[in-house]
Amino acid sequence: MTGALQRRDLLLFAVIAGLIVVVVLRAPEYMAANSVANILSNWGFLAILALGQLVVLLTRGIDLSQASVLAFTGMFLALLSQAVPELPAICFFFLAILLGAALGAVNAAAIALAGLPPIIATLGTMAVIRGMIFVLSDGAWISSHEMSEAFKSFPASQFIGIPNVFWVALLCMIGFHVFLAHFAAGRNIYALGGNPDAARYAGVSKVRTETLVYVLSGAVAGLCGYLWAGRFAIAYTQAAEGREFAIIAACVIGGVSIAGGRGTTIGAVLGALLISVLETALPFLKISPFVQLAIIGAVILIAVAVNARAETRAGRQILERSSPEGRAEP
Amino acid sequence: MTDPHLQISGLSKRFGGVVALRDVPMAVRSGEIMGLVGENGAGKSTIVKILTGIHLPDSGEIVIGGNAVSFSRPSDAAAAGVAAIQQEPSMFDELTAAENIFAANYPRAGPLGLIDRRRMRQEARRVLEDIGVDIALDSPLKNLSVAEMHLVSLARALSTDAQLIIFDETTAALSQAEIQHLYEVIEGLKSQGKAIIFISHKLDEVFRICDRYTVLRDGVLTGTGDIADATQADIIRAMVGRTLDDVYPKAEASFGDTVLQVDGFCHATEFDDVSFDLRAGEILGFYGLVGAGRTEVMEALFGLKVRKAGELRISGSPANIGSPRDAMAADLAYVPEDRQRHGAILPFSVVHNISLPQLDTVSNNGFLNRRREEELVDNFGNKVAIKAAGWDQPVAELSGGNQQKVVIGKWLAIRPRIVILDEPTKGIDIGSKAAVHRMIGDLVQQGMAVILVTSELEEALGIADRLVVMARGRVVARFEREAFSSEAVIAAAAGFRQ
Repeated sequence: MTGALQRRDLLLFAVIAGLIVVVVLRAPEYMAANSVANILSNWGFLAILALGQLVVLLTRGIDLSQASVLAFTGMFLALLSQAVPELPAICFFFLAILLGAALGAVNAAAIALAGLPPIIATLGTMAVIRGMIFVLSDGAWISSHEMSEAFKSFPASQFIGIPNVFWVALLCMIGFHVFLAHFAAGRNIYALGGNPDAARYAGVSKVRTETLVYVLSGAVAGLCGYLWAGRFAIAYTQAAEGREFAIIAACVIGGVSIAGGRGTTIGAVLGALLISVLETALPFLKISPFVQLAIIGAVILIAVAVNARAETRAGRQILERSSPEGRAEP
Repeated sequence: MTDPHLQISGLSKRFGGVVALRDVPMAVRSGEIMGLVGENGAGKSTIVKILTGIHLPDSGEIVIGGNAVSFSRPSDAAAAGVAAIQQEPSMFDELTAAENIFAANYPRAGPLGLIDRRRMRQEARRVLEDIGVDIALDSPLKNLSVAEMHLVSLARALSTDAQLIIFDETTAALSQAEIQHLYEVIEGLKSQGKAIIFISHKLDEVFRICDRYTVLRDGVLTGTGDIADATQADIIRAMVGRTLDDVYPKAEASFGDTVLQVDGFCHATEFDDVSFDLRAGEILGFYGLVGAGRTEVMEALFGLKVRKAGELRISGSPANIGSPRDAMAADLAYVPEDRQRHGAILPFSVVHNISLPQLDTVSNNGFLNRRREEELVDNFGNKVAIKAAGWDQPVAELSGGNQQKVVIGKWLAIRPRIVILDEPTKGIDIGSKAAVHRMIGDLVQQGMAVILVTSELEEALGIADRLVVMARGRVVARFEREAFSSEAVIAAAAGFRQ
């Protein structure tokens, strides 16, 4: 369920590897250092967001407000860096997480406490938060020269040639994996999504678990907001608008079930990688952006169809097993 | 005398290893009301499902109006003029009464086949007038009372010109006045020459309205005849039958102190003034018909439902249970009736299911210890004899009986002192039943206290030390083991006073 690499993950990995080979044969410059850095950073952003989305999807929820939280946090911190230029980078880092978590808590209150359906609640906060960015900035763009150096330094830097965004994403991947696979709170997330009634009977708190996932999703979106504004050295109202599509697609491609209870960190991260490779490779192949969108959409449909097939195939073990293995009858 | 409208002979049906019907005959004439009675699980519903095309019989013949029929789908049954009014009619809440009556069979008009609303309303009104009912045709169904919904469901059956109408526990959710009205409607149908099968748990209803009766027990016909020639005692005897001592060996256990005292549990709509106590080493049976409120009382006890009033004491001291977590902390465990819905997390492995209620005991600061989880399963999974390829196999892939064992194992693994088992043998075969009963015997010998909620009289009488009988949300009778009598228990559950 959690943990071990599954066959679907290996298949997905093979598809990605094959795709990269095809692209490199046609356009060798895809493997140039700056292109690779670009892929890794793109992947990093998408993977962090997909991890937040993953925990929400596992509880049968959905978080459509991530991109708005990202843009709001980016704008807020960019303005802060303009107002208080002496603030060190580490402060932005933690403020981003806190602000994102606070916005996630609004979703949590609407869903876990007020009982709104997640798709409606987060559709609402998606629009409200996006609107608040405009109120905050008066519609202006905050560009590179208006931000403090401390603000831009960490997100824009590299460590051994790899963008810091990717290193942060890697830490998130490890953190989420350990959390979901080895912690009681992570197990409760799977239990709630797998069967909410049985989870309640077993003493799993729905309110607590749902609050946790929306706050987590908001926190990683806030973190991405800082990294995004710093790396691209720009904050504006429409930042990351429409990114929900790629985030949810990454999860679905990675085998995360929209119906809850099924999905792994490895799957979500690989799904994000496939989308990042497609997004970065298609321009190299001189494919128009509109066709790119259609291709990505088609990939999602194929992935969903494959997953649906995989899920219906599993049947019950009603017949006796022909060769008793493991701990059959004592 | 005319030939019967419905003539069933030699009807048999098995579900896996369980015999639901064996060689059952039945005949219903036009203009006659046939009462079909029997305990829970006697096979009444199976007959209804065969007659309405939901199940195919394994063998047997059904003749309707002189033609041998075989229904492979519900529409076949409707075409042959068979309609059933269910206990909880499945209808469309957001559609109007008129739309519900003609759902999937709307009158059409014009070249485009548009729904002919005017004709639909006219015909709906005509059908409702036939049964003497006045219902607002245009209000959504959700605004109607349960009784009115039943009548709409009946109107729907009549609109297809059904000649055989089955009422399956239709009165269970109705008030006394509504039941009276339903009787009049049914008698009206009878005078129009319809053949009617009336299924009820309440024997007084059967005597009030039926012309003849058919009694089933364990899927076999045990009595049939004219109501005028029968007494209630005759029918109860046919429902109960044999003695039970050999089928359910009773394990001897010695009783300890009182561990649980429930005093005056009340709920706004579901149960009223329920009191009982329970000693260590004792099996307290809760018997009643489906819907008597037993499960609801247990849910309140386990913190899943908020009660309006009532006191709870565990081992003599007042206990405050507001959530399942509190209940577990007080050493209570609850194995729910509906395993698929409330019991197992199907995508989870056997290990993860069993450890779920006590993740805190198999983890350090929230970090799960895989080895401790497995130890838990080795101890308890083996104890309840789960058959799985390995403890990592998803529970979704196990058979129903083994899923049940996983759920029981999960709750035993928290080492409770008080276990509530809600219909623990429902839907499992005889062999697994015996295994579950042996396991319950082991539990009480170890000093656990068990509450056994069951709708199977034989199980209740076979292994309980004391019996509480509930009906319509209230405790109606209590029996000590020495005073157990199937007739008295059934009569109490069916609402008779002796």
